[in-house]
Amino acid sequence: MSSSRAYSPLVPWCLLAPFLVAFTTFTTWPLIRSLVLAFEQTYGPKTTAFVGLLNFKFLFADPMFWTAVGNTVLFTICAVCLQIPVALGLALLLNRPDIRGKRIFRLIFFAPSIVGLSFVAILFSLLLERRVGLINSSLHALFPAWDPDFPWLQNYVLTSMSGAVLWLSAGFYMIYFLAALQNVPSELLEAASMDGAGPWQRFRHITLPEIRPILNLITLLVVIGSLQLFELPFLVYNDTGGSGPDNRALTIVTYLYRTGFHSGDLGYASAIGWVLTLVLIGFALLQRVIARRAER
Amino acid sequence: MNQSTAGSRLPRVGFYLLLTFFSGLTLVPFVWMLCAAIKTKTDFFTSRFLPVGDGWLGIAWDRLTHEQFVRLFTELPVGRAMLNSVFFASVISLSATLCAAAGGYALSKFHFRGRETITTFILATVVLPGSLLLGPGFETLFHLGLVDTYAGVILPGLAPAFGIYLFRQAMINSVPEDILESARLDGCGEFRIFFQIVLPIVRPMISAYLIIVFIATWNSFIQPQIVLQSPERHPLAVAIFSLRGLYGDDYSLIMAGTLVSIAPVMVLFLMLQKEFISGLTSGAVKG
Repeated sequence: MSSSRAYSPLVPWCLLAPFLVAFTTFTTWPLIRSLVLAFEQTYGPKTTAFVGLLNFKFLFADPMFWTAVGNTVLFTICAVCLQIPVALGLALLLNRPDIRGKRIFRLIFFAPSIVGLSFVAILFSLLLERRVGLINSSLHALFPAWDPDFPWLQNYVLTSMSGAVLWLSAGFYMIYFLAALQNVPSELLEAASMDGAGPWQRFRHITLPEIRPILNLITLLVVIGSLQLFELPFLVYNDTGGSGPDNRALTIVTYLYRTGFHSGDLGYASAIGWVLTLVLIGFALLQRVIARRAER
Repeated sequence: MNQSTAGSRLPRVGFYLLLTFFSGLTLVPFVWMLCAAIKTKTDFFTSRFLPVGDGWLGIAWDRLTHEQFVRLFTELPVGRAMLNSVFFASVISLSATLCAAAGGYALSKFHFRGRETITTFILATVVLPGSLLLGPGFETLFHLGLVDTYAGVILPGLAPAFGIYLFRQAMINSVPEDILESARLDGCGEFRIFFQIVLPIVRPMISAYLIIVFIATWNSFIQPQIVLQSPERHPLAVAIFSLRGLYGDDYSLIMAGTLVSIAPVMVLFLMLQKEFISGLTSGAVKG
């Protein structure tokens, strides 16, 4: 232990310096500022006043905020119910040992994750367009009764956004499930099938318990990611400032962004940010409790 | 030998059919974009994929065009935006990786006062939503005079808390203490130890992290959009989106712009997919 003192005490600080300077300036300081701002009101660009909990009081009485919360929660429920089964399903399909071309399929499913959100927003707003969009024109070609003017983006905001996010991220989470499935001991599965266990029973009693830690983690990631949904609806519904028809595309972060950057009220925006942060921390802690309990 | 493991009721063909079906669904938006990018504005409205004609396979190959790409790179500032994207993505990925590797090394292999506090604080910030820091972060950039500068996009990228987590983990798992100590006994300088001994050991993490940050920076929209006002500094993610605002009805042009923005990172990903995917899973599956 004493020999590890052979370096000068300055060495670790020198190594840490570039990161620490940037981190202090662009993370720690803004973090402190956001805490202060949350208790201030911003009038125009220069004037601020301490208002205590007033921002939070206004926030909880703000119908627009609750609209945003409602949309975000609905989207999060859809995301959990869609993305996790699809990602796990794809991983299970690929995990069958005698499938050839596994790497190609994995590559294809993962490819959308590489596409940036602003490009996905452009692509999906054209795909879902009335008449010329691929989705309506294909559905009309397959089922002539389908209305080629079907208003996906105009009337089915939740479905459109959930579909785009599913395309974007199912393959991403699939990678994690695939890694976890590879750790499921195959002797156990073989023994079970010799004892006459069907595929569903093997999945339910062997695979699922084995991958439970990853399943918990991915659920947390999907929830945290969905509660922060922003760029996709913001860009698809950019002509309405991200709120979409009847404010149905307005998410919590979109509202935060608009409050901060369009209305210039950084105080109110910070209050929204902190409420969101506390909710995210709550989910992270909840996941830890669930994971601990499962370990016992 | 695998026959019994796979003794599923659904025959193998069923698996292939399902996999092919889902692959098709995944790929079709890409194919549609590619087709839209190489046909004329009028053909876009009359054909779903490629224009129908009497060429080979019933497709009017002679009606295909590269006019959109020419327009993007001559009369529109897409070439410039692509250079900006390459610049941001390379500079940020290289410097963020260096900062994260050096920081992760310091926090895992040295003992100094305050180490635990700093580590805990950095790791705790990983959970914070990026949107919380958007406004105050802009305020900071404004006070530093960095609004609408390249540095205003690059410098915040040098504080990757998640990178610190990844590299600290990699150092703890794979850099043995006795190598460092014997190097010190041999009189090797601290910076030579870092560059010539430590970095080569965590090389897999370096290449994985480099490509992850490169792609993430290439795709980042909101940060450059807030910081940069001058269009000549915009990266592709911002430039193509403003193109959509200006030429919204020219679908072929928009799809061609999106295609040239996605293609470079797709190629990069295809070349380095192993590093990329192992880097993504190493954080979660081991931890």
